[in-house]
Amino acid sequence: MEPRSRSFYVLAAFFTLFMLFLYGPTVTIAILSFQGPSGGLTFPMNGVSLHWFRDLFEQQAVGDIWGSFSRSLVLGLMVMVTTVVVSVMGGLAFRRRFPGSNILFYLIITALVIPSILISLGVGLMFSQSGMTVHWATSGFGAQLTWTLPFGLLIMFAVFNRFDSSYEEAARDLGATSWQTIRHVVLPIIAPSLIGVALFGFTLSYDEFARTLLTAGSYNTLPLEIFGMTTNVTTPVLYALGTLTTGFSLIMIGAFLLLTWVSTKRKARAGSDAGKGMV
Amino acid sequence: MIGNQPMRLSPNSKSLMMVSPLVAVLFVFLVCPIAMIAIVSFWRATEFSIIPAFVFENYEFLFGSSVTYRVFFNTFKYALITWAATLLIGFTVAYFLAFHIRTLRWQIALFLLCTIPFWTSNIIRMISWIPFLGRNGIANSTLISWGVIDEPLEWLLFSDFAVVLAFVHLYTLFMVVPIFNTMMRIDKSLIEAARDAGANGAQILWNVIIPLTKPGIMIGTIFVVTLVMGDFITVRFMSGSQSANVGRLISNDVALLAYPSASATAVVLLCTVLIVIGILLRFVDIRKEL
Repeated sequence: MEPRSRSFYVLAAFFTLFMLFLYGPTVTIAILSFQGPSGGLTFPMNGVSLHWFRDLFEQQAVGDIWGSFSRSLVLGLMVMVTTVVVSVMGGLAFRRRFPGSNILFYLIITALVIPSILISLGVGLMFSQSGMTVHWATSGFGAQLTWTLPFGLLIMFAVFNRFDSSYEEAARDLGATSWQTIRHVVLPIIAPSLIGVALFGFTLSYDEFARTLLTAGSYNTLPLEIFGMTTNVTTPVLYALGTLTTGFSLIMIGAFLLLTWVSTKRKARAGSDAGKGMV
Repeated sequence: MIGNQPMRLSPNSKSLMMVSPLVAVLFVFLVCPIAMIAIVSFWRATEFSIIPAFVFENYEFLFGSSVTYRVFFNTFKYALITWAATLLIGFTVAYFLAFHIRTLRWQIALFLLCTIPFWTSNIIRMISWIPFLGRNGIANSTLISWGVIDEPLEWLLFSDFAVVLAFVHLYTLFMVVPIFNTMMRIDKSLIEAARDAGANGAQILWNVIIPLTKPGIMIGTIFVVTLVMGDFITVRFMSGSQSANVGRLISNDVALLAYPSASATAVVLLCTVLIVIGILLRFVDIRKEL
């Protein structure tokens, strides 16, 4: 191997600084959330304690954190499942042109680039003017899908652009129906990417703020609750909550990445048995 | 034989069936809300209710107010500065990952390290700047202890600087990912050929890599510009409600229940964003680049 050039070290330093920029603030509030009971929103630390985490478990101190957390969790799972199913179906369909495919494609792009507040406002107005009440599981759910589906679909488009269709042809030649081809050939091959779509679906929903702002109704999701806190909570309890939810996000991300890694490994091991003869 | 075959759907109707859930969601939660906003923007508002009508007063008020132009100018200003900063940082990071990291395993690992914050909460990432930028925050106390400044800087938190910093913090990833993606598809032999022909590093970067990376840059640009232009929460939080962009104009109207006025602003914002995207899309074929 040729030796590293000087530009490598310059760029590596830049990358390290970028990482510090990216993670530094989050790490800081993680440290500050262990502030002593008399500590403030910034350094110095006035002792170390779990005081602010304990505060989170007392309803009157912070409002309905746990209720909003469980709503966000349920909503995240609903959005995740829907995003995966709809994106896979859409991705499969988009492999060939069909009437209206161009319009639909631009609609997907519109959903991606439209300012979130417009979705919030529009869905809210639509519900209120037609006499329906907004609720996180109906209007909130739909509003979030307009954000997660484009991501899911773009991933599926990328996956199918790289998909080797000779596997399908082989399956068809062997007499598989189109459903069997999808179920036993296509889905197992794209499985790792589906986990990626699920990760996007869940995390984007779990953290979504703008599109749920006017569509969640009287029960807040967690990001709405946290934002409400920023205006009236001026103690490190805010950091404690931030640390906990970020920790939860990291666990979910870790789980999804691990799943992707495992399923890629399994695919590689089980992979092709071409040329190994019939067993 | 044909008579024995089970009824088969034409390929077209099969495709249409497959996309029907997608069409349903986008129709109900994208097309209808936009139509609703367009309709309400012509309605009339009283203090406690909104009344169906067909009047242009909301638009007249919007275009007649100097605040509107200032706020639109601000929105473009944020978009432009953020775009330049994220492009510079995003390109450098992607370039490092794609051309200086030698094994795929490390490339993936470092790339994931860049993406993980994207999957965590934006609001918390904004909050996490408080201890850094506050009056007695880390930045000020460090600068004072180094003797660079005597008084704490007041413009760190709750200022345009903080807004742009937060935007860059939140959205640089949207540059890194598409640029990295296009860079990874550049045929390495092109670079070797350029080197064999006598090009130095800067020439290779300028004449080979940047032109080939343009589609990725365009996609990143679309993401960053639309996210910044449509934002309202970052501006509100990081400026301490002292600065405004179009999104905040809308959310302020919403808070006052002035839905017709909010809708008119929303229609103008949407048109602006779509025009910007329309221009950007002329430079890139998204479907080819995925």
